[in-house]
Parts: sequence; C-alpha cells; structure tokens
Amino acid sequence: MCCCRAAPLPSRCSNRAMDHAPPVPDTPHVALFVTCLVDLMRPSTGFAAVKLLEDAGCRVSVPDQQTCCGQPAYNAGDRKDARKIARMTIGALEGFDYVVAPSGSCAGMIKVHYPALFADDPPMAKRAEAVASRTWELTAFLVDVMRYKPMGAQFDEQVTYHDSCSGLRELGVKQQPRALLSDVEGMALSEGDSAEICCGFGGLFCVKYPDISVAMVDKKIDDMVSTGATVVLGGDLGCLMNVAGRARRRGVHIDAWHVAEVLAGMANEVEPIGGDSDGNSGGGAD
Amino acid sequence: MSQIKTERFRENTRSALADRQLQAVLGKFADGFPVKRAQAIARLPEFDALRDAARDIKNHVLENLGPYLEQFEAQVIASGGQVHWCRDAEEARQTVLSICKNADARTVTKSKSMIGEEVDINDFLEDNGIEPVETDLGEYIIQLRREPPSHIIAPAIHLSKQQVAETFREKHADRAADRSLESPRVMLDEAREELREQFLGADVGLSGANMLVAETGSIATVSNEGNIELTCGLPRVHIAMASIEKIVPTLEDAATILRVLARSATGQDMSVYTSFITGPRRPDDLDGPEEFHVVLLDNGRTELLASEFRDILRCIRCGACINHCPVYEAIGGHAYGWIYPGPMGAVLTPGLLGMETTQHHPNASTLCGRCESVCPMRIPLPDLLRKWRTRQFGAEITPTASRYGLKVWAYFARHPHLYRLITKTGAIFLFAAGGRKRRFRHLPFAGGWTDARDLPAPQGRSFMAQWRQRPPRRSGGRL
Repeated sequence: MCCCRAAPLPSRCSNRAMDHAPPVPDTPHVALFVTCLVDLMRPSTGFAAVKLLEDAGCRVSVPDQQTCCGQPAYNAGDRKDARKIARMTIGALEGFDYVVAPSGSCAGMIKVHYPALFADDPPMAKRAEAVASRTWELTAFLVDVMRYKPMGAQFDEQVTYHDSCSGLRELGVKQQPRALLSDVEGMALSEGDSAEICCGFGGLFCVKYPDISVAMVDKKIDDMVSTGATVVLGGDLGCLMNVAGRARRRGVHIDAWHVAEVLAGMANEVEPIGGDSDGNSGGGAD
Repeated sequence: MSQIKTERFRENTRSALADRQLQAVLGKFADGFPVKRAQAIARLPEFDALRDAARDIKNHVLENLGPYLEQFEAQVIASGGQVHWCRDAEEARQTVLSICKNADARTVTKSKSMIGEEVDINDFLEDNGIEPVETDLGEYIIQLRREPPSHIIAPAIHLSKQQVAETFREKHADRAADRSLESPRVMLDEAREELREQFLGADVGLSGANMLVAETGSIATVSNEGNIELTCGLPRVHIAMASIEKIVPTLEDAATILRVLARSATGQDMSVYTSFITGPRRPDDLDGPEEFHVVLLDNGRTELLASEFRDILRCIRCGACINHCPVYEAIGGHAYGWIYPGPMGAVLTPGLLGMETTQHHPNASTLCGRCESVCPMRIPLPDLLRKWRTRQFGAEITPTASRYGLKVWAYFARHPHLYRLITKTGAIFLFAAGGRKRRFRHLPFAGGWTDARDLPAPQGRSFMAQWRQRPPRRSGGRL
C-alpha cells in the first residue's frame, strides 16, 4: 500500500474548483461513482479505481442510490428525465469530501452539466454546484488532489493512449494519466497525431449513426496501429469498448484496458476489453 | 444548384462513405487546414485573448443590432450607396434581380458569397436570363460541374485534381484537347484566362461581405485570389449581399476579428487580399462602380437572435469547426444536404430551414467538443446542438421508438433497486452468453453496434453486486 500524498498543487490542477479548494483531509472520504458501463460490463475497472483510491489514502464508499449519471437522456434532449436522474444522483453523492468517477464523460456530466441542468432552480443548482465542485475524474483526482504515484505496477506492453473527449475538453484531463503511467514499469507509450480526436462512440450516436461511427473508429484504429502500439489505454469505458469492439471485428491486434486497471497492477489478471486479440479468427458467441 | 436535400441525410451519408474518390480526398483533409491553423496560432501567444475580444465585440453587436444596422445604413447612404432590407430569400432574390434589370445586365460576375448560396441566387438569375459567373476558383469549378459547395471556405474541397482537370477539358471545349492539365498552377492559369474576359464584360458585380462596418458604411472582404476586387470594382454596379449579423461597430473591431479569421480558417496570418469598400466611385476616383447596393438579409436570423441559439450569430464563417470535425471528415459537406455543413451548419441549418426537415443535423454528432475548442468566436457548438435535440424531443420530432426507449430506461435509472435487479440479471445472462471469446458478433436489438463491431461481453456479476459482498476493509463500504 502506498500513500505518497502531499498538499494539492494548484498550478497542476485542471479542475476549476481547485482554485478555491479547501485543504485535503488526512483520509478523504470519497464516493465512487461507478458509472453504469463499469457496473454492468467491467466491474474490474471499478475495483481498480477503489484500489488506487485506497492506495492513495482515501476511504472509499459506494453510495447505493446511484445508477447512471443521466447523460443518455440529457444528450438526447430529454431534460426532464435527465433532471430527475441528476436530482437522485446528487442526493446520493452529497456529504462526501470528494466524488470520483473512472470516466471523464460521467464526471463531466456531474461537474459541468448538472449545474447547467438546474439553472432555473436555485436551491437545486446550489446543491448541484456543491457536488460538482467536489467531483473529479479518477486520474485527475489521483494526480491533482492526492499527488499519488503508483508503486510497483508492471505492464510490459507497447501502449498508446486515447484521450476521451469529455475528459479532455470538459475537464482538461490530459497530462494526469500520462504522469501516472510514466511510473509503470516495463511500459512504453507511443502517441499518434489523433490521440485527441473522437473515436466515434458518442453514447447513443454509435448506434444511431453506426456507419459514421465506424468510419470514425476505423481512422482511430489505423492511427493507433501506426504508432506501433498493441495496447490502447484510456479513461472511459465507452470509447474503449468501441475501439476494442471494432478492432476485434477487423482482426486488428490492439488490446484495450482501462487505465485504472494498468495503474492498479490488475491488467495482467483481467482480460482486455472484448477478450484477447491473440488467435482471433473472427470467433465469438452469437 | 443549392437544392435542399437535408432530409436525405442518411442516404447522403451512405453514398459519401461508399464514394472512394471522396474518401481519398477527405483522407488528406486533416493534414491541411488543422495543421496550418495550429502553426499560425503557435506564432501568436495572444490568440486566446483575441478570441475573447472578438466574442465580446459580436456579443455587443447582437445586444444592439438594430441601432448598428441603422448606423450602417445611414453611412452607406451618406457615401452614395443604398441598403435593401430583405426579410427572406425571395425578397433578396427579387431585389438583386430588379437592380440587375435596372442596369440592363446580361452578365453578372460573382465572388464567393454564402448568402448568395443561401438564397440560391445563381439559379434564379439564370432563370431570368442573366448569366452569373463565379470568379472564385473553387466556386467556378463547382459552377462548371453544377454542384453545390461542400465547404464554406473551400467549396470544391471534395474534388481531386484529376476531377478538376476532367471538368476543364469538358467545359473549356474550345481549347486544345490534348493540352496538359497536370499541375494546379496550369489549371489556375487557364481559369484565370477564362475569367479575365468575364470580368471585363460584366454589367454587375455581386459579392458577399465578411463584415459590415457600422461607423463607415464599409463592407470588408477577404480572399486569396484577388477576384473580389475585380468583381466589386470593374462592373458599373456592385451589389454586396450580407446577412444582418455581419455587422461590427468600428474599423478597429473589424481589425480584431480579421486577426482571428484567417488564422482560424486557413492558418494564414492574414488573407492575401483584405478590402474595405465604401460606397460607389467618388468623383476623383480612378475607377469603381457607379452604383453600390447592400442587400441585407434576415431570413430567420432575428428569430435566432431572440432564441437560445443566439450564440451561432457570432459565427464569422471561418470554417474552423468544420475543419476539425471528425464527422465532416468522415462524410464530407454534401452529405449535410445544404450549404452549411459541419458543426456550424448543424446548428444554423435547423434555424434557417426549420427542424422538421433537418432532424439529423443536431443528432449526427458525438458532441466531442473539438469544434468549440477551435471556434475563434467561442460559440458553444455542442451545447447548441444539444439544445436543438431538446427542442426536437419537446416537439416530438425525436423518433417515437427512441423517446419511449429513453423513458423506459430513465424509469429504471431513477429506481436504483429495480435497476440493480435488471443489471444483476442482465450481467449474469450476458456473461453466460458471451462464450469463450468474451464478446458477441450478433445480439438481438443491438445491430447498430454489432453489424460492424463485436460487443464486449460483461465480466460476470455487476460491480454493485460484488461490492455488496466485499469483506469490510478500511473503506467506508455501502451507504
């Protein structure tokens, strides 16, 4: 177990809330917002997040009254349902020192869009703001708040990184995962020109406009392959499932893990997203 | 030429994705404008401060649009010109036609104008016996091919060099059939020779305007070809078409916007030509038109001004959002079915054409936000796209199946215990069905995903189910 925490470094922080952030408690009580995709599809990402948070010196709780952040409704224009889900989620996430999600997209929803959703409801907006100001994407929280450095993680792979759009552009998550990965033993990171370009997931977009989505992810995969990497890491399961799912269908040798799994030293124990690419001959269950 | 095909977005998309020629051209797109823009901005440390200043200028204008438009009109009149206020496309067309008829015009030279495209002026003039000749190289090429533009600053970007050569060989029939048209330079020279005669013979010059300057009554134009100056200066009559939000208060403000415009558009510090044109020829001028008309178009913009979409009226048509849009890069401009493609088009088009025929435009986006990150006017494009989706949802334009699907899902999402029951069962079932490969090639009702992608199978029991049984540790456990 490692706890390499010191005072937060405002100069390195990306979240606006840090500008006037209160001091970090000795053992911060963190609510893990698991996210619906991690809960259903890939619990190992959630457990990796818990391990990293605990290693960083946090006490982790998983509030029971959480399901999904409501982004599918919000982005589909269904504000009414988005507000109802947001109201419930805000209630579940109040009372903690921090809220952390292993996803830039869901953290962005809570941090950026929840306050906007209640702009016409001042009491609710105040609660939304309070939760938003304490909400972080996992890697940004580990670096900017906890000043955490992973110890002992080993990953002998040639890796490329995919910046998910919400994390990058809504929350400014860019250098934090790379800073954490620089302490992983055995790993080489090679970046392409398109690390910041959308993979074509886009939530419901990928099933509403599959042909455009697939054209986008194909470009993304080609760029990843051109870096010489055989592994892609990222901070958002949606993007990674999209990339891995298409790579498997094309028979391209790119394996995807959530960055938390590598940092927590779990990537050698859990299969990559969508199974292993080795020996792939287009099989799979029907 | 600018026939509206927005309703056919899906079909347009399919054919664009299957068009190998187009895909080859689009494949090179990302290496052009975005790279040059990044280099131009790296050279200008105050770029972000200029973006703020440019945004503030336009916000101020939009707060005070009426007074500035009136000031502009007064200054145009004072300098000997006329302003024509046009409510919609039809009024704009009729106004241009009547000016042309008064001038006994047979030929109209035209520099690039998105407002000209918006009101479809070329077809209209042709139908009325007047020949419009596009003088911007890209516009000239697509006019020869009778195609609509596929980009707001590079209208022929969808074409390869070879396609242009074929077009020139076919349309410039009086030239030697076996001439070499290998290099773009040779084609440019050929187009220039063809156009030179048109410039000299035209009765009316029809231009757009990048900005309208209220304090002087000037129009500002930018180009790289010099064709605008010949279009505006040589014929007896000059008509500038512009939409009402093009106004800026002062020349100083125009200069601020010019500093972000070319850098955002083509990565140039400045366009090769920047002109400020004020009124017709004065008695001591050596040249210039005898008449100067500004056709001011509203066409739905005052409604946008009063709506939650006001921010789109800050757009200066640089094309940066389009140049950085991965959806545009995949499908090109024609797929959008009208003249404004990409993110700015996806916001503006429903505002100008109505949301019934443009329902795909706000939805065919991942909201990745790259457009907003490069917009020199800091227009919150993803947010505006989402606002159109909200309007569609409210107006029940969103397909019924999607609406009900969302409602059912949202019901479960609001009831965690019920939700848990479903996900718990679902995770186990899909885990079991996932087989040895840990992924699905087909799954009922998931064709949108599995037609071209494998779907990763869940790992087993859901996180929440496992967490409940986690032995107590240092952490806080369940709440």
